[in-house]
Amino acid sequence: MTVTAPNPASAAEASASSGSRLADRVFKMRELAILAVFLVMIAVTQAGNSEFLSQQGVKDLLLNATILVLVATGQSLVVITRNVDLSVGSTLGITAFAAGTYLHGGGNPVVAVVLAVLLGVGFGLLNGLLVSLGQVPALVVTLGTLYIIRGIDSIWVGSRQITAADLPGGFVDFGSGGISAVPYLALIALVVLVGTAYYLKHYGSGRELYALGSSPEAARLAGIPVRRRILAAYTFCGALAGLAGALYLARFGNVDSGTGNGYELTVVSAVVVGGVVFTGGSGSVHGAALGALLLTSVNSVLPALGVSSVWVLAINGILLLLAIAVDRIVALRVASALKKRNARHG
Amino acid sequence: MTHPSDTGPAPVLALKDISKSFGAVRALKNVSLELFPGQVHALAGENGAGKSTLIKTLAGVHRPDAGQVLLDGEPVVFHGPGDARDAGIAVIYQEPTLFPDLSIAENIFMGRRPRRALGRIDHKATREATAGLMRRLGVELDPDRPARGLSIADQQIVEIAKALSFDARVLIMDEPTAALTGSEVARLFGVVRTLREQGAAVLFISHRLEEIFEICERVTTLRDGARIASEPLQGMGEDDLVRRMVGRDLEALYPKQDVTPGEVALSVRRLTREGVFTDVSFEVRRGEIVGLAGLVGAGRTEVARAVFGVDRWDAGEVEVDGRGLTNGAPSAAMAAGLALVPEDRRAQGLVMDMSIERNIGLTGLRTTVRAGLMDRGAERSRSLDWAVRLQVKYARIADAVSTLSGGNQQKVVLAKWLATGPKVLIVDEPTRGIDVGTKAEVHRLLSQLAADGVAVLMISSDLPEILGMADRVLVMHEGRLTAEIPRSDATEETVMAAATGRVA
Ligand SMILES: Nc1ncnc2c1ncn2[C@@H]1O[C@H](COP(=O)(O)OP(=O)(O)OP(=O)(O)O)[C@@H](O)[C@H]1O
Ligand SMILES: [Mg+2]
Repeated sequence: MTVTAPNPASAAEASASSGSRLADRVFKMRELAILAVFLVMIAVTQAGNSEFLSQQGVKDLLLNATILVLVATGQSLVVITRNVDLSVGSTLGITAFAAGTYLHGGGNPVVAVVLAVLLGVGFGLLNGLLVSLGQVPALVVTLGTLYIIRGIDSIWVGSRQITAADLPGGFVDFGSGGISAVPYLALIALVVLVGTAYYLKHYGSGRELYALGSSPEAARLAGIPVRRRILAAYTFCGALAGLAGALYLARFGNVDSGTGNGYELTVVSAVVVGGVVFTGGSGSVHGAALGALLLTSVNSVLPALGVSSVWVLAINGILLLLAIAVDRIVALRVASALKKRNARHG
Repeated sequence: MTHPSDTGPAPVLALKDISKSFGAVRALKNVSLELFPGQVHALAGENGAGKSTLIKTLAGVHRPDAGQVLLDGEPVVFHGPGDARDAGIAVIYQEPTLFPDLSIAENIFMGRRPRRALGRIDHKATREATAGLMRRLGVELDPDRPARGLSIADQQIVEIAKALSFDARVLIMDEPTAALTGSEVARLFGVVRTLREQGAAVLFISHRLEEIFEICERVTTLRDGARIASEPLQGMGEDDLVRRMVGRDLEALYPKQDVTPGEVALSVRRLTREGVFTDVSFEVRRGEIVGLAGLVGAGRTEVARAVFGVDRWDAGEVEVDGRGLTNGAPSAAMAAGLALVPEDRRAQGLVMDMSIERNIGLTGLRTTVRAGLMDRGAERSRSLDWAVRLQVKYARIADAVSTLSGGNQQKVVLAKWLATGPKVLIVDEPTRGIDVGTKAEVHRLLSQLAADGVAVLMISSDLPEILGMADRVLVMHEGRLTAEIPRSDATEETVMAAATGRVA
C-alpha cells in the first residue's frame, strides 16, 4: 500500500482501510476460490468437448443452476441465523404441483406463480413459528415438516402427474426461453440474488440476521427481536422455495408426488460449499449461489466428458468436505493473523 | 410514599422493593435503589451478593418477582433489553456480549445504526462514529476488524464504547474495569465525569475499592441479596465499606509471607513470537512470587500462553526444573508441573454447561481414573475440598457453572488448576472480578503455595496487587521486557514508568 502524503489523517485512513481489506480479502477469498474451481472445471471440459460451451450449452448450464440458486439463497438466510430448513424440497414439490393444477384448470400464469410463492410463505411461517417459539432445534423441527409436507403432497397428488401438455404454451416457452444464452429464469434468480445480497449488507434487519447467528445471547441483550427475525428468515426461505417450485414447473413441465424429494440435501451442500458457515453468523448469498452453480455444473460436466453420472454424488461429497476443510484452515489463519494484529495495538 | 418533588432532584431510575429468585436461590430480597441525574452511584457487595442480578433487572433482562421499577417516578415494565434501551438506559454487562463475526463498528451500533435514504445503513458514518468513540477512549482499535479474537480488555473497551454511543440518560456498568489497567481506567473515568456533568445518572460496580472512592458519590451495599446500606461515600473509609460488604473486619489484603527463594523452577530465555513479543527472558525460583505488570496489550498474556504451550513460539527456550519444554505442547507442560490459570474464563477456563464438580475435576482426570474408569467419588471429594477452600458460593456442587455469579466462576477456574498441585503456577489476572474478602483469601493461598515451594508467576492489571504480593516485578512494554524491579524498589511510579516506556 502506498501513502503519498505523510499527513496523519490519511495515514490513519490507510491503516483502517488496510484492516478492512484484510477482512474483505479473507471473506472474498472463499467466493474467489469457488469461482476459480468453477472456471477451471469449465475450461477443462471445453477443451475435452468443444460443443460444451455452445449457446445452448451455456443456457443449459444456467437453467440447471437457476432453481438451486433460488432455494440456496433462501436457505442461506436461515443458515446465517444458525438454523436450517430441511423442508425446502417438500415445499418445492407441493408448490410446483399446486401451480400446475391451477394452470391445468385454465389459470393465469402470473397468478400461478403468486400462488406458489404464497403457499411457500405459509410453510415458511409454519417452520419459523415452530423454530422460534418451541425450544426445539431447527434440524428436528424442519425434518418433521419435511415429512409432513411430503405426506400431504403424496395424499393430495396420489399417482397423478402434471405434464407440459397440461400447461399453457406460453408458460412452458417462458421456462425454456431467454435472451440469447441467458434464460429468463436465470434473470429472475439473479434479480432475487442481488436484491437479497443488497438487503443483507445495507439494511439493519439484514445485519441483525448475522448478529443473531453469531451470538444469540448477545443478540437478545442488544434488544434484537430474535424471534421476529428468525420468523422472517424462514418465511423468506419458504417464499423462495415456492417461487422455485413455480419455476421448476415452467422449466420441466413435469411434476408428480416425488418432485423435490431429497432436494434439501443438495441445497444445504450448495450453501455450505458456498461458504455460509453452518454455525451461523457468516457467509454470503452470492457465495451460496456460486456453490449452487458449481454443484449443478458437475452434473453437466461429467456427461460432457463421457464420465458416468454415478460419480456426481461422490464428487458433490468431496466438494463438501473440501469446503469444510478450507473453512477450518482459513478460520485458523485468520485467528492467528488477528492475534498478531492485536498485540501491536498499545 | 415519597413524592419526587419532596427532596431535590427526582431519581431518573429507581427500584422499589425488588425481589428475584432463581429456583431456591433468592438473589435479591426487597432491594430498593435510586439513581439521580449527575451522580455516580456505586454498588458494592461480595461475589454472589446479587449485583449483576440487580443490574439485569434494571436493564429488562430479568423480570422481578416482586417490586417495581420506576422511570422518572412512574412504574414501568421492561419486557426486554430493547425496552430499557429505548428508555435511555445503557448497560455494560459483566461478561462481554459481542458478536464475534461482526466488525467492531457493527457491534457498537447494532440495532441503531446511522441511516441513509430508504432506511439503508450508512456504513461510512457508522465507521466514523466508531473511530470517534475510540479516540475519546484513547484506544487504537480498527472499526472494521471483526470482534473475534479480541483480548478481554479490548472486548471490555468495545462494550464501553457501545454504552457511550447511546448518549444515555442512565449508564450502568457491571465491573467495566475488571480487565483494564490504570491508564484505560483513567480514560474511562474521564469520560464518566463528562457524562456526569452532562446530567447522566451512572451506576458503577467494581471490586477495586479505590476506584469506587475515586469516581462515586454514593454507595449501596448488598449482602446475600439484601440491601445493607445506601449512603454518601464522603467520610467513609475503605474499612467501613468492607465491613458493610463482608459483615466483619478483614485481615490483611496482601498477606505476603517472606520466603527465601530456592533454585530456579521456571526459566524462559530469549522467547520470541513474531509480532507479539520479542526477546523475553526471566526466571522464577521456587518459593517466589514474580509479578508481571504492563499495560493492556503489552503481551503479558501472550507470553504466558506461549510458555504453557497454547501458542507456539518462534525462537527461544523454556525450561522447567532444568528440562526443556516442547514448543506448543500444553500436555508436556502440564506433565512437567506447569499450570496456567487463563484470563478468559468463559472461553478458556470453563465448560459452562458442566457442573462445578466436573469442571474442577477436569484437570485431575489422570489422578481420579481407576482401572480406566472415572472414580466419581474421588472427583467429588476433591472438588468439594477446593470449592470450600476458595469459598465458592453455590447451591449444589452438581449445578452448572453457568448459574454462578461472575466472581464465583473465577474461583472455580482457580480451583481447577490449584487442584493439580503444580510446581510452577502461572496465574493470569487471578482476582479479576473477585470480591475483597476472597481476594485476600486468594492472596493468602498464593502466598501459602509459594511458601510450600511453588514458583508463582502472577500477571495482574491490578497494580496494588502486584506491589502487595510480588517478590519481584517484571514489566512489559510493547512486547518487550522493559524492567525488573525488586520488591523493595517497586512503587506505583517505577512500575508505571516502565509500563509506559518512559524508562530506557
Ligand atoms: N441464571 C441464574 N440461575 C441460577 N442462579 C443464578 C442465576 N444468575 C445468578 N444466580 C445466582 O444469584 C446470586 C447472585 O448472583 P449475581 O450474579 O447477581 O452476583 P454478583 O453480586 O454480581 O457477584 P459477582 O461479584 O461475582 O459478579 C448468586 O448466588 C448466583 O449463583
Ligand atoms: Mg456480577
